[in-house]
Amino acid sequence: MSHSKSASIMDASILLPAIGGAFKKLNPRTLIRNPVMFVVAVVSALTTVLFVRDLITGGGDFSFTLQIIIWLWFTVLFANFAEAVAEGRGKAQADSLRKARTETQAKLLTGEDRTKYKLVPGTSLKVGDAVLVEAGDIIPSDGEVIEGVASVNEAAITGESAPVIRESGGDRSAVTGGTQVLSDWIRVRITAASGHTFLDRMISLVEGAERQKTPNEIALNILLVGMTLIFVLATATIPSFASYSGGYISVTVLVALFVTLIPTTIGALLSAIGIAGMDRLVRFNVLAMSGRAVEAAGDVDTLLLDKTGTITLGNRQATEFRPVKGVTEQELADAAQLASLADETPEGRSIVVLAKEKYAIRARDMATLHATFVPFTAQTRMSGVDIDGSSVRKGAVDSVLAHVSQSTVAAHATRPGSDTVRDLQAIADEIAKSGGTPLAVERDGRLLGVVHLKDIVKGGIRERFAELRKMGIRTVMITGDNPMTAAAIAAEAGVDDFLAQATPEDKLKLIRDEQAKGKLVAMCGDGTNDAPALAQADVGVAMNTGTVAAREAGNMVDLDSDPTKLIEIVEIGKALLMTRGSLTTFSIANDVAKYFAIIPAMFAVFYVAPGQTTGPLQALNIMHLATPQSAILSAIIFNALIIIALIPLSLKGVKYRAIGAGALLSRNLLVYGLGGIIVPFVGIKAIDMIVTALGLA
Amino acid sequence: MTLNGWLQILVYCGIVVLLVKPLGGYMYRVFNGDRTFLSPVLGPIERGLYRIAGTSEREEQHWTAYAAGIMLFSVASFLVLYVLQRLQGVLPYNPAGMTAVEPNLAFNTAVSFVSNTNWQNYGGESTMSYLVQMAGLTVQNFLSAAVGIAIAVALIRGFARASAKSIGNFWVDMTRCTLYVLLPLCIVLTLVYVYLGMPQTLGPYVNATTLEGAQQTIAVGPVASQVAIKMLGTNGGGFFNANAAHPFENPDAISNLIQMVTIFALGAALTNVFGRMVGNQRQGWAILATMGTLFIAGVAVCYWAEAGGNPLVHALGIDGGNMEGKETRFGIAMSALFAVVTTAASCGAVNAMHDSFTALGGFIPMINMQLGEVIVGGVGAGFYGILMFIVVAVFVAGLMVGRTPEYLGKKIEAKEVKMAMLAILCLPLAMLVFTAIAVVLPSAVASIANGGPHGFSEILYAYTSAAANNGSAFGGLSGNTPWYNITLGITMLMGRFLVIIPALAIAGSLVAKKTVPASAGTFPTDGPLFVGLLVGVILIVVGLTFFPALAIGPIVEHLAMIHGQTF
Repeated sequence: MSHSKSASIMDASILLPAIGGAFKKLNPRTLIRNPVMFVVAVVSALTTVLFVRDLITGGGDFSFTLQIIIWLWFTVLFANFAEAVAEGRGKAQADSLRKARTETQAKLLTGEDRTKYKLVPGTSLKVGDAVLVEAGDIIPSDGEVIEGVASVNEAAITGESAPVIRESGGDRSAVTGGTQVLSDWIRVRITAASGHTFLDRMISLVEGAERQKTPNEIALNILLVGMTLIFVLATATIPSFASYSGGYISVTVLVALFVTLIPTTIGALLSAIGIAGMDRLVRFNVLAMSGRAVEAAGDVDTLLLDKTGTITLGNRQATEFRPVKGVTEQELADAAQLASLADETPEGRSIVVLAKEKYAIRARDMATLHATFVPFTAQTRMSGVDIDGSSVRKGAVDSVLAHVSQSTVAAHATRPGSDTVRDLQAIADEIAKSGGTPLAVERDGRLLGVVHLKDIVKGGIRERFAELRKMGIRTVMITGDNPMTAAAIAAEAGVDDFLAQATPEDKLKLIRDEQAKGKLVAMCGDGTNDAPALAQADVGVAMNTGTVAAREAGNMVDLDSDPTKLIEIVEIGKALLMTRGSLTTFSIANDVAKYFAIIPAMFAVFYVAPGQTTGPLQALNIMHLATPQSAILSAIIFNALIIIALIPLSLKGVKYRAIGAGALLSRNLLVYGLGGIIVPFVGIKAIDMIVTALGLA
Repeated sequence: MTLNGWLQILVYCGIVVLLVKPLGGYMYRVFNGDRTFLSPVLGPIERGLYRIAGTSEREEQHWTAYAAGIMLFSVASFLVLYVLQRLQGVLPYNPAGMTAVEPNLAFNTAVSFVSNTNWQNYGGESTMSYLVQMAGLTVQNFLSAAVGIAIAVALIRGFARASAKSIGNFWVDMTRCTLYVLLPLCIVLTLVYVYLGMPQTLGPYVNATTLEGAQQTIAVGPVASQVAIKMLGTNGGGFFNANAAHPFENPDAISNLIQMVTIFALGAALTNVFGRMVGNQRQGWAILATMGTLFIAGVAVCYWAEAGGNPLVHALGIDGGNMEGKETRFGIAMSALFAVVTTAASCGAVNAMHDSFTALGGFIPMINMQLGEVIVGGVGAGFYGILMFIVVAVFVAGLMVGRTPEYLGKKIEAKEVKMAMLAILCLPLAMLVFTAIAVVLPSAVASIANGGPHGFSEILYAYTSAAANNGSAFGGLSGNTPWYNITLGITMLMGRFLVIIPALAIAGSLVAKKTVPASAGTFPTDGPLFVGLLVGVILIVVGLTFFPALAIGPIVEHLAMIHGQTF
């Protein structure tokens, strides 16, 4: 990761301001966004008021009540603190981004002539304005290059210092405000007004300022509110039950029971989890335009991946020389190498490399050979060299065959329809069938054989796809290749399906078909013609190198422009949901122990049999907590401290494992469900021992 | 506990399980509108009824229309039943010369039967005329059961259909349920019961001279027919005050077994209807396994507590289990089993006095009802009840596997969670709040027979039973007072309709959703893991809700008993 300011979770520079933030967030208008914690704050305030009243009128157990009240407020503060820490991590990043947004002067062009411009503040630019950006200038706002080519330093947003090329036309025309042109000049048409630029959006996203609750978060909040209401009923009816039984329960104790029962743990950490999820993506150099998109990523059923660059390395490479009968491999390799010496295409270079590695044919100098290079043209579809009247050509099989049949140079030239031609065609078919590209080679009209150019599937990609399959995600490879080639590569890479000779319309149709079946589709793309598909997909990851249209259409932008990241994005989405679910389970499971701490304490003196000091319900005090006061105090202390203890987990997230849903569920149920039942028994008992030892209750 | 007792329990469970598939298959065909072996006879009647009602089997309803139909029908049912009771003195079939039922008792009874609760603040043989029993109560026994099943089927359609608007036609579903399922089964059952010795007559009460020469009036009536539907429709309202403990309502061990089987039969079979409708019967079995696990656990505790008896009685040199309030012809095992069955399903018929159970023995029926009657439950009601818990369980579990939660390919989102929580919330609202008021209201406390935690249990049980639409009485509570008649009536209404409306809203929301095909990323909901999860969620949610109340009721009573204190 290039944003390697991998601030550790407990960094003092984040923790200290977060303490202040925790107090600032006590503002009721902020608190009400989190219903569970708002309720805690309300009952804390209520007990505080009652306490003050008791202080004035006298009476009541001051030390105990005061301690309960302190821990109640701590519960609220700890929740605020968790949120502040999560936000703090984004703020650090936002600050560095803000530096890039400093006031710039823009060269607003007044006409076609690029020497005529006037200097205006960058913030005054409107959409559609054309500006000139020259070497050393900061690009004033987002835009599209309409003329020129320049190298640009985009470190401000990607953290990557190596310059990238931006040029008009094609798929690399988008420029981002705040980045710097290093060389040459470009004419840029502004596409975003001040305050709405990519950088602005990035800042507000990482700060969490515009954070809106995602659908799952809303649903979970409803569940938490529902649970809270259930506990309102469970605790609010207790005074009446107690009065029937001839006892009395103080408001403080009731509030303590209520607060420990309602799902404060998950309520406190819920927004921190959401912010941290976005933040994890940002650290991964992916910007999600909404939390909804991150959540959708976890739900993805189908992943569309472009073949080139994602599944295979960008370029085809020569992997073998296949001579026709009567020609040696050495001979073929020698001719192919000669034909490729001056060929600067990756395919050409790979032929030279293969000849050297496999047949020890060293690179020769074109000048000393008196060779002239014949470049590839769309008409001839061949390239090669001419050396002293002799010629070597390599190219598409049918082009080379046509070339040979017209050849009049030598008697040994291959005749059309001869065995050699059939032999060559057989080899070429075989290569095509295996997914490769055959490249025929001839020398002076004589067919020598075929070079096998192959798409090289990226190392480890097969395993990644197997992992995706275990997650339940279907992978579809998109390629412009013919179906035969596509099938071969698909089989080699281990994708589930492929779409060959794909046009942008085909892509769009594929996405719609999948969605009609109820599936969620993720894809990535960079070109303008990808824009409709990116917009249609549930998760559309646009490459930062891509066009403005693509970036606008997607709901995520990958600053590193690495399409394989889709896989990690899915994992981050899943981890976000899992963290919420696991902590909810943990929070509710905790209640069992809290009941066993507080109920016997509350009803300790109910129905005391003659001659005994405690009532029968003392039998439920299975933790053997020292006194009713220490039991209640320990439960509320545990309830507050567990929030702090779980902040690291909620920020890091529960790790997703591709082990199948059933296994994952049993694992998490065991850890967070069963663990959630057991941990508080241990914790409350330990706190009770400390509280008793310190003489607090 | 005895081996014989457990064998009887196992035989009972075996019969119920064996009935699930054939009954489920039959009901599936009925609700799909497919031909059944009864179609030649009942088809013309069915079509005739639709013509009269001005509807058609091809006409489908949106969930709101479906819900409106139910409300309309329930209000009409209530009015008819109320008026019948008030006018029984001037209406025919009243050989015992019963006078008009008091208004608040009539209200309570009308609500009780329309909501499939059958809470009885009256003694049947001393309050109701034959006409009210037959045309009022028995008719409601059929219709309220049919309404429950119709709702369950509508909700199942919500899961089974994709990208649709309608969830069926209430009038059609209800007609089919009554005509094809309830009526034929009840006719057969009535004949069996008559054969086993139950009265079925419109003749007057019989006067007999006892051996001592005293005169005794023996109440009879059309008993067998009412018992048939009372069990099959999980209504539970007894013809006689003593309910299924009365020899005319439950003559022997065989009739006892048949009654218990019929209480569970339709509710259990609905899980299979569900499985068939969603295209995977294992899904239905998983739900039944969840219910079964909770049921067996309940039976084990209740039977253990009752067979163990009271240590204070043992100390007096009297061995054996707790036979107080039980019929010797059923014994401890079958009384405990009956108590668990009748409260697991929201039947409410009793063959022993739950008030006389040990604290823990009485705790099980109470917790069964507090679970929301999801262990098989009332016909239909139990099934849509457990689906509410499934929504919650699936939601939390789904998050834990890293996906937007889904059940049977339907995404569980904010709306479903909201409605499920509303439905789950309304039961403790009714049960706890009314109990809390009643236990501090002197006039309400005056109705209880025992003091201390046992008296508390009597009141808690009453509101629990009413809210869960169970209708069984703990006993010991004199419920025929204006306070109880009215508050229990309100509780029954809440327990019925505050669950029905959210359940139908969920059906309406789900039916419009696409069905996402299952993948390796979706966790299976037809295996033991899901069963364990669901059991856990039900127990934890309900346990946490009622722990304080139960602690002050049966739990403290039990612990006090160990310490030698009784109430």
